[in-house]
Amino acid sequence: MVAPSLKLQDLIEEIRGAKTQAQEREVIQKECAHIRASFRDGDPVHRHRQLAKLLYVHMLGYPAHFGQMECLKLIASSRFTDKRVGYLGAMLLLDERHDAHLLITNSIKNDLSQGIQPVQGLALCTLSTMGSAEMCRDLAPEVEKLLLQPSPYVRKKAILTAVHMIRKVPELSSVFLPPCVHLLHERHHGILLGTITLITELCERSPAALRHFRKVVPQLVQILRTLVTTGYSTEHSISGVSDPFLQVQILRLLRILGRNHEESSETMNDLLAQVATNTDTSRNAGNAVLFETVLTIMDIRSAAGLRVLAVNILGRFLLNSDRNIRYVALTSLLRLVQSDHSAVQRHRPTVVDCLQETDASLSRRALELSLALVNSSNVRAMMQELQAFLESCPPDLRADCASGILLAAERFAPTKRWHIDTILHVLTTAGTHVRDDAVANLTQLIGGAQELHAYSVRRLYNALAEDISQQPLVQVAAWCIGEYGDLLLEGNCEEIEPLQVDEEEVLALLEKVLQSHMSLPATRGYALTALMKLSTRLQGDNNRIRQVVSIYRSCLDVELQQRAVEYDTLFRKYDHMRAAILEKMPLVERDGPQADEEAKESKAAAQLSEAAPAPTEPQASQLLDLLDLLDGASGDAQHPPPLDPSPGGALVYLLDLPCAPPPPAPIPDLKVFEREGVQLNLSFIRPPENPALLLITATATNSSEGDVTDFICQAAVPKSLQLQLQAPSGNTVPARGGLPITQLFRILNPNKAPLRLKLRLTYNHFHQSVQEIFEVNNLPVESWQ
Amino acid sequence: MQFMLLFSRQGKLRLQKWYVPLSDKEKKKITRELVQTVLARKPKMCSFLEWRDLKIVYKRYASLYFCCAIEDQDNELITLEIIHRYVELLDKYFGSVCELDIIFNFEKAYFILDEFLLGGEVQETSKKNVLKAIEQADLLQEVSYLFSSLGTSMFCSCWGSLSHHSYSFRNYSEACLACSVHPFAVY
Repeated sequence: MVAPSLKLQDLIEEIRGAKTQAQEREVIQKECAHIRASFRDGDPVHRHRQLAKLLYVHMLGYPAHFGQMECLKLIASSRFTDKRVGYLGAMLLLDERHDAHLLITNSIKNDLSQGIQPVQGLALCTLSTMGSAEMCRDLAPEVEKLLLQPSPYVRKKAILTAVHMIRKVPELSSVFLPPCVHLLHERHHGILLGTITLITELCERSPAALRHFRKVVPQLVQILRTLVTTGYSTEHSISGVSDPFLQVQILRLLRILGRNHEESSETMNDLLAQVATNTDTSRNAGNAVLFETVLTIMDIRSAAGLRVLAVNILGRFLLNSDRNIRYVALTSLLRLVQSDHSAVQRHRPTVVDCLQETDASLSRRALELSLALVNSSNVRAMMQELQAFLESCPPDLRADCASGILLAAERFAPTKRWHIDTILHVLTTAGTHVRDDAVANLTQLIGGAQELHAYSVRRLYNALAEDISQQPLVQVAAWCIGEYGDLLLEGNCEEIEPLQVDEEEVLALLEKVLQSHMSLPATRGYALTALMKLSTRLQGDNNRIRQVVSIYRSCLDVELQQRAVEYDTLFRKYDHMRAAILEKMPLVERDGPQADEEAKESKAAAQLSEAAPAPTEPQASQLLDLLDLLDGASGDAQHPPPLDPSPGGALVYLLDLPCAPPPPAPIPDLKVFEREGVQLNLSFIRPPENPALLLITATATNSSEGDVTDFICQAAVPKSLQLQLQAPSGNTVPARGGLPITQLFRILNPNKAPLRLKLRLTYNHFHQSVQEIFEVNNLPVESWQ
Repeated sequence: MQFMLLFSRQGKLRLQKWYVPLSDKEKKKITRELVQTVLARKPKMCSFLEWRDLKIVYKRYASLYFCCAIEDQDNELITLEIIHRYVELLDKYFGSVCELDIIFNFEKAYFILDEFLLGGEVQETSKKNVLKAIEQADLLQEVSYLFSSLGTSMFCSCWGSLSHHSYSFRNYSEACLACSVHPFAVY
């Protein structure tokens, strides 16, 4: 197609002349029909032209698979024109996944052995582009022969084809390894380049080859030295740098050979220093060589001085006006920051300047590098820079920047207050981009820093007053205000300007958060709970809070509704317990599962709610009788305030959410009473977080034929212990294994005094009134030790 | 190098050279995604970007984007030089190359590339040698075309140095057309 094939170029013009996609498709479909017909007719003269048109159409994205066989025919033809187009078609259309591609193996073999160089070139080119493993195995001997051919044109192509073959079939390394050393003596740049590429490939694949080729290091050094020192050669130089492609390839091979090998590294040291200092850096070609040199220096066992030189070169790159150079510098420094930290630290100011880059990929790298450079001595300065960056950085970097700052703050915070300030600042600037655990971390941090409670709550209050849209901030602020609301109203805090905050203002702010459409459901949960906590912290009456809680009882969000109902009931029926339930939380444990506020609170609530409704008045006197009986060990029964048993019982279970602590090694149950089918069993639980506490569940069962009614169980313990009785689940046990009665005893035994338990049972059975008083023997030691 | 793509500012593909085996569907997908990514870049951004697990080096020359995908251990800066060298070769061959030249002579663009790179690696660092190789191949094409239209096809292996000058014609003892045009063609 040197003589312009009008048809091809006409077709191209026609396609380009189409105004719409549909029109183009029409033209192409028509032409493809012609081409298909022509292929069917088997016209040898114009076949190459038809295939060329098909290849053009293929590039536009249209199917061209019916041309695959034509490629084969063209390759087999003896005309150079045919072969040229045929091989091009093979490279574009034949896929190594389909067996059809194997059919050209024979043609390639013929072409390789016929000794016509341009044809050999085509064959080698095709083989190295799309040659599959089978083809490579078949044709390896031919390619090997061509390595020894006198003509450099074919030889250089054969060498690179060998590279491809080794990539496809690593076993062929043994075939192509022997000629390499000899080939290194060639003067022709193309052959040298190919040989070095081949050696590189061999060394990367086999440690044995690597060892074998270490002996050529001096030779490589010599070649490179010659390149660098001999003058300008027009043929191979680019802007004053002799054959940068060859230099880069040699440097890369030297890197592989010198890695972890003292002797080789030593041989290269001088040369590397020479290249590093003498290469002209005014244009990209020189910088490319310099860059490769730096990579090599950093990867081999080079002298310390050389390493510093390399890092300094990278530092200089950072100041280069060409942003591509800055990019590779940042990337490389990032790779080096772990191993050569102090050397890279020297360039910290420049790196920080790079944060201002307009190109996002550059500023991202600068950010990563800056974060890696933070250490305990520069943390304050660096955080300032990074926080300034956070305010102005592009949105896709915000999340990384925020989490990076938080991580660094965690590792290197000089003081707790600084840490809290930093997190606060991040939350206000980039609140929506922080990770989920930031809230938990901050609450934990604040909780642990008692001296900073007042400071924290004040700052958070101010931040919240300004902006209620950043959810993590709002959550933390709400939590803090709830916990430390009393400190907020005190008005004095030496670390911050005195702030006069009105109770009403605080409540108004929390209500605003509750009502805002910007607040996530979780946030509203935080706010509601905070309001509730404030009911005990604030001085004023709680009408406003009660109102809000009341309103949310019918909220559509189930979570909020549940909370509101619980809190409302807390107001109405358990007001006496409110203070205890809502007191300040203990410090949450780090590394535990994400502290679910609800769980913690309800756990505390559950424990306290076991301070159950006491027996009613008449029972109290009988209890005292019991106590008299326990001589010298009279129990000191607490008098929990009277409560309505049954509805209270139900509600207490509501608060008793399923997060009771798992029991430790279980203490065996004890049967303490049996009479005519009525049995009383005791089961013991010692909750691990409260070693003084013992929970006993008394279970009354009835296997007899008659019901047990009006069942009452009372207990007494020695004076040094405290006993609380919860309301029983009922006072009837139906006959024949009906639903048992359970009752919970809560015993506090801080002094680990030996446990003694006296029980009094009264019930009606078989129309008889039964009363039993007895002391429980055989109480397991584990229940009080 | 894993592949090289040339495409216009409108996203139309002008050349695709793949050095790794991929199905047609995968090639189309990669091309589409990459073209979109590169075209979205602002003019002041650097020439490198990370895409999937590859490094992409691209440069814009007039209305054409030259885009190469290299592996992690390859040198980005030298890849820029590779791209530039290729553009220079095209320029020399077509004489002030423009996008239209590459559109209407796409097969030539491939041939030139195939004399510069082989299997994804640089095979010839001398501009002169690359251009000479193309020239001689073009000539051979012309010759074979002429002769074939006369009914015979013959090749002369006048590619070696003078000392290896040989004929493979059956009846003729004259120099072939190529040799007679460039009798001292030394490669």
